[in-house]
Amino acid sequence: MTTVTEQPTTTLKRGYVGQSIPRKEDRRLVQGLGTFFDDVRRHGMGYVHFVRSPYAHAKIVSIDVSKALELEGVYGTITGDEVAIHTDPFFEMSVEPGGNIKDYALAVGRVRFMGEPVAAVCAATRELARDAADLVEVDYDPLPVLVDAEESLKDDVVLHDDAGSNVVWSGVFNWGDVDEALAEADHVVKIDRLHFHRFSSTPLECAGALVEYDKGTGEWTLTCNHQMPGVGAIWMAPALRTGIDKLRFVTHDIGGGFGNKICLHPQYVVLCLMARKLGRPVQWTEWRTDQHTANAHGNERTFLDVEVAVKADGTMTGFKVKALDDCGAFPRYEPLGCIIWAQVTPGLYGWRNIQVDFTQVCTNKSPVSPNRGYSRMQHLWLTERIIDIVATELGLDPVDVRKKNYVKAEQMPYETPNGCFYDSGDYAAALDIALDLIDYGSIEQRRKEAASRGKLLGFGIGSTLDSGTNNFGQSTLLNPDLQFSGNNEAASVKLDIFGEVVVTIGTVPQGQGHETTAAQVVADILGCPPEQVNVRRGHDTWFNSHAGFSGTYASQFAFTGLGAVKGAAELVREDMIQLAAAVLQAPAEAIELADGFARIKDGPEEAALPFMALGAIVNANNAFFPPDFNPTLNHRYVCRPNFGMVDTEKKTGQLTLTYATQIHAALVEIDPETGEVEIVDYAAVDDCGVRINPQIVEGQVHGATAHAIGAALSEEFVYDEEGTLLTANFYDYHVPHAMDMPPLKTGAMESPSPVAPLGAKGMGEGGGGGIHCIGAAIQDALQAAGKAIVYTSCNPPHRVWSMLQDPEATRANVEVVSK
Amino acid sequence: MMDAPARSRAISLEVNGEQIEMEVQARRLLVHFIRDDLGLTGTHVGCDTGNCGACTIHLDGEPVKSCMALAVQADGAKIRTVEGLAAEGELTPLQQAFNTHHALQCGYCTPGMLMSATALLERTPHPTEEEVRYALQGNLCRCTGYVNIVEAVIAVGGSA
Repeated sequence: MTTVTEQPTTTLKRGYVGQSIPRKEDRRLVQGLGTFFDDVRRHGMGYVHFVRSPYAHAKIVSIDVSKALELEGVYGTITGDEVAIHTDPFFEMSVEPGGNIKDYALAVGRVRFMGEPVAAVCAATRELARDAADLVEVDYDPLPVLVDAEESLKDDVVLHDDAGSNVVWSGVFNWGDVDEALAEADHVVKIDRLHFHRFSSTPLECAGALVEYDKGTGEWTLTCNHQMPGVGAIWMAPALRTGIDKLRFVTHDIGGGFGNKICLHPQYVVLCLMARKLGRPVQWTEWRTDQHTANAHGNERTFLDVEVAVKADGTMTGFKVKALDDCGAFPRYEPLGCIIWAQVTPGLYGWRNIQVDFTQVCTNKSPVSPNRGYSRMQHLWLTERIIDIVATELGLDPVDVRKKNYVKAEQMPYETPNGCFYDSGDYAAALDIALDLIDYGSIEQRRKEAASRGKLLGFGIGSTLDSGTNNFGQSTLLNPDLQFSGNNEAASVKLDIFGEVVVTIGTVPQGQGHETTAAQVVADILGCPPEQVNVRRGHDTWFNSHAGFSGTYASQFAFTGLGAVKGAAELVREDMIQLAAAVLQAPAEAIELADGFARIKDGPEEAALPFMALGAIVNANNAFFPPDFNPTLNHRYVCRPNFGMVDTEKKTGQLTLTYATQIHAALVEIDPETGEVEIVDYAAVDDCGVRINPQIVEGQVHGATAHAIGAALSEEFVYDEEGTLLTANFYDYHVPHAMDMPPLKTGAMESPSPVAPLGAKGMGEGGGGGIHCIGAAIQDALQAAGKAIVYTSCNPPHRVWSMLQDPEATRANVEVVSK
Repeated sequence: MMDAPARSRAISLEVNGEQIEMEVQARRLLVHFIRDDLGLTGTHVGCDTGNCGACTIHLDGEPVKSCMALAVQADGAKIRTVEGLAAEGELTPLQQAFNTHHALQCGYCTPGMLMSATALLERTPHPTEEEVRYALQGNLCRCTGYVNIVEAVIAVGGSA
């Protein structure tokens, strides 16, 4: 039974919800008994290896697979020519010119980034598949390479002839009157250029799938680690010229996703073709180097010609900027990143006049995909850079200037200039907690102490929002013809014959602990301990507990995922009460569910039915029911948040529903000899409303902080001018290890969301707070040594050293015009 | 004339207390032997360069990255994998502490972390935080920031 309603607004009484219950998932995982896709075997399955382009840009003159096919144990191959015959290009979301791009599952006629798959080989073992791939002969004719977004904009070289331009999408967003704000400002601070670099979360488990084709039914089963199968199917089914009902996605445990497992449709389509062609199960596990080279990077963004309007008292009234986003060789999930940032248009600040001239281009680099903090993080970095550059230039205190400009607690819910609603929060109070945690009062003393050791100490703040529960209608601000709006998620709850409570969720968890938190919610509603609630692991299309936007992404589980779980559990609860009332011959109001029983409140001890009795009666012993009495104890519920429609003319609307707050503060010490940055104190304060499981929330805060610290100090996808990725594995792409991580101090506030079913806001992505506060701290430290301005989001030692050697080069980027 | 190189070899080793004899390809990595030939899929592969440590096992009592060794090199050795930690399903104190302290999220790095930390605790029963971090620096985790992992290991050592 399916029930769809408007968003529920009641909040739960607290019971198991709110407690740090140890996770249900852990018992299997600590014993090595989890099931990840690569653990699954099928009789006679073949292993797939992709032949990849060594060139960043080249024509494919010819592909010869004959020698590979001659190798014993090789089952077959697929090339771009076959893909072009048997599939259609993937659906593109952009208007022209980007909308005209043809993106196939394998390169057809031309390669556009190093590592792009040009053919696939399937063989009896992993090793043989690799051997055979080496025997595939591809003749390339190299083309000029574009690795710089500004160069790409010139269209001297065009990646996609069908588009005729490297521009995917462009548009101007204009809210308030920024020219008037600049004219009336006492100071205008101009920043020529800021650069948000290319990196990704690099989940430890690489991508992959085991694909089986059923010739009799025409159905494919993908045992995989796709983190957003609903949308994956929207791409794949039309390309494969089949219906969505022919694609069954199954996930078990997934070794991290962070958005990087959303754009797996090209490889999966090749696997589907291979499984059908060979009539056998085929398996592909991505190699780490391939993941870095050719799966999914985070969006790289350059901000040009920033102008900020500042009043004499430090109030900032607006800014304008040209944003140039580099999405790599194919848009894929893009151009959604061209609008997603607008969920946090003003950051945490009260400025009302904002103009963003946004352009996205293709380059000969790996395609991008959503990456933890997707698109908002880049924009929040801009707003935080603006605040700190203005503060440095005008001699304002970074704490005071934030408190002066933050949206105030009493303004909540706050409507942003572009029609989003910040639902709750107290940014200044969260900042105070962070300042307490790092003992803000002692900083000047610590600065002197560090100086006595020859070190430069710096302090920085990063204030961010983690906006959760997307309104997919925002895509129509990019392309009015797109037929997407709203959001949804499904779950089902049933009481089985021996009293088992079984929950299936549409979300596709990758470590977020959904089995535990869903069990906490259900346990409170049904009156049983969470241990009695069996939340099925992973996702299975055949569970039928998913909806169009199912998945774990964009910080929405706490709203839509748990909203669906709550809705389904309440329907089962209602059935249980009606059934118990009928059996115990009592009014429904007299029945309570508690301790695994349905019983009469304050009734005799025997007036109680265990869950087992309820399950058995409905499922196996129901002949005595009157004809109009039909409790099923089995319900599916779709949580559909209410957004309203967006205004495509004004580019306004409720683009997302909840806004968790993160305030991070860091103290760093720089060694002026080497440019080495050491984090000596760090605090992260998170406010995500009601915390269903505080320990899980804190774990997400730790993880997001570690990603941000890595991005701020070392993680960078660096390309040379020929488009070769220089950081293609964990040797050259340094992610923080246990010795790199500073001790983290965490703090929490709870400003319940007035719009979310449980008062809980989505969280987990964070907003890249560590990138912002470490950059700010480096800039602060450098004030004592030449006053450099931090203009990039990644500052490894060589870059800090350069800033120390030539601070003027960075200062040339900034100009203050005062009246 | 030289003999053709052997493409496979019979090896004999003890895995989690069980004696194994098997013919393996000479070029088979130890991690693929463990995962694909023995079906012990708790040992994971997270990189192809020996950096991530998800494949860490004990080889004759020492923590070893099993993607950096060939199966034939384990001939005659005693191997313990993550599946060999919990006897009869009874979690070790370290496994229990990982649960209590929320030291895992996706669980992919966890087997390697447990093997490295178990080896540390066997040689240094009461490690300091510095010793724990040093022992785990060859194991990458992309979910936890190591905070709770370090906390769990220290808690088991009891020296915090």
